[in-house]
Amino acid sequence: MRPPGPSSAIAVSQELDRVMRADRGRLVSVLASGLRDLALAEEVLQEAAVAALSHWGRAGLPRSPAGWLLQVARRKAIDRLRGAARDSRKGAALAILLDEEAMPEPDGIPDHRLRLIFACCHPALEPKSRIALTLRTVCGLNTPEIARAFLDAEPTMGQRISRAKAKIAAAGIPFAVPDAEHWSERLDTMLATVYLIFTTGYVAGPDKPRDLCHEAEYLIRLIDRLRPADPEIEGALAMMLLTGARRAARIGPDGASLPPGEQNHRLWDMSRITEGRAILARAMARRRPGPFQIKAAISDCQMADDGPDWPQIAALYGALLRHEPTPVVCLNAAVALSEAGDPARGLVMIEELGAALSHYQPWHAAKAALLAANGRTDDATSAYLEAIAQAPTQAEAQFLKKRLLMLSETAPKG
Amino acid sequence: MQYMLLIYNDPAHEPSYGTPEFNEMMGGYFAANERMKADGVLRGGEGLQGVETATSLRIKAGKVETMDGPFAETREHLGGYYVIDVPDLDAALKYAALIPSAHFGTIEVRPLMDYNPNA
Repeated sequence: MRPPGPSSAIAVSQELDRVMRADRGRLVSVLASGLRDLALAEEVLQEAAVAALSHWGRAGLPRSPAGWLLQVARRKAIDRLRGAARDSRKGAALAILLDEEAMPEPDGIPDHRLRLIFACCHPALEPKSRIALTLRTVCGLNTPEIARAFLDAEPTMGQRISRAKAKIAAAGIPFAVPDAEHWSERLDTMLATVYLIFTTGYVAGPDKPRDLCHEAEYLIRLIDRLRPADPEIEGALAMMLLTGARRAARIGPDGASLPPGEQNHRLWDMSRITEGRAILARAMARRRPGPFQIKAAISDCQMADDGPDWPQIAALYGALLRHEPTPVVCLNAAVALSEAGDPARGLVMIEELGAALSHYQPWHAAKAALLAANGRTDDATSAYLEAIAQAPTQAEAQFLKKRLLMLSETAPKG
Repeated sequence: MQYMLLIYNDPAHEPSYGTPEFNEMMGGYFAANERMKADGVLRGGEGLQGVETATSLRIKAGKVETMDGPFAETREHLGGYYVIDVPDLDAALKYAALIPSAHFGTIEVRPLMDYNPNA
């Protein structure tokens, strides 16, 4: 304990702010896994923070501010649960808490964030709720920030988050790391959630107040630290580093998006590329291939010294198809095959996907490129126009318009 | 926590009597039952007769209205249920996956209300 004295309100609130930023996820994870109730965990932590302001102001900062908050939050939870102990499940949570309370806190606060992340990414929750809840509880984003990132109204997002928390408590979603039998399936769901956070940020661009690419990278690094030496977690981290490395180069000076092969290499982030490649090599040395490792390798092959290594990329998409036999992966495989020198076969594959993907803009864009590669200028033109009409961003529309222009310049009408 | 596993399926997609698939389904139900009993989680469970035996009732303006047929006219019908007592949803989902009808129908997993007024 520091010597008592008049500690200034500013110092106390700054310290509280720092602890709540740095340790909030860890504190919530410890409280929630004991209480089995995320909403209650957050509420009692908030109450403890309010209590800290007046208590620390009077008595000085405790030796371990985070430990103090945890202890006070637990006591507040015990008080609340005593009131509601007629409910047998709350009785069980109370017993756990009283146990924890009786045990002297070890040197550090245990880190149960992996349990927390698995609970937030549970397949019993809607995919969008998984994202929102993970950003809220693990990354500490507030509801307005999450609503803005997904272009949702704030009350709608608030309701989504509280519904998800209520379901965790009512349906008994566990705060636990899944057992070996369900590990890979649950890990896939979790990594898909983090990846969706990453791609949402990638498309939105870095000028948002909370950069979702940054949050996704924070999450995947945290998961890698809490569960080291898992090749798919490493693969996901490598993929985000390698793809994220090209972020500053993905839109050209004219505002049109650029494929990796046409980007200005000097804008690539070499430190991210180096780190991504090292992590990917480490993952692959474990000899347990998986979709994220393959996606990372594809992203890496886009940045080969002499331009994208299309034969290798086509082979990797073939491997990815065995893990994820989805129309979207098949579409990418067809494009790679065409770039690797077989546009005729690529076009056949694309046309076979029409039934599944005709409402998917990238299908129209890929079809246009492959029709052009096969010399079918008129068909390519109408496919480009369709792809431009459906383009999700201005930069993408700009890119497609340039391609369309090149088509009319190089190929005389036949 | 107690969960009800509600078994929904479309009778048109059920294996028919006398086929190897039917025998497999019966064996699967038997095995699921035995497993739930051996693990000490089974609290109850019954199969229901077909929806053609169902009668629905509601009271409108104090008057009982009785109707032939199930509550909802859907292709998938409630065909039976189990009640199990397990620690959490993951455990409940594990038992739900043992129910053979999951292969051709849907198992809805719902926690029971926990009043427990005497605790």
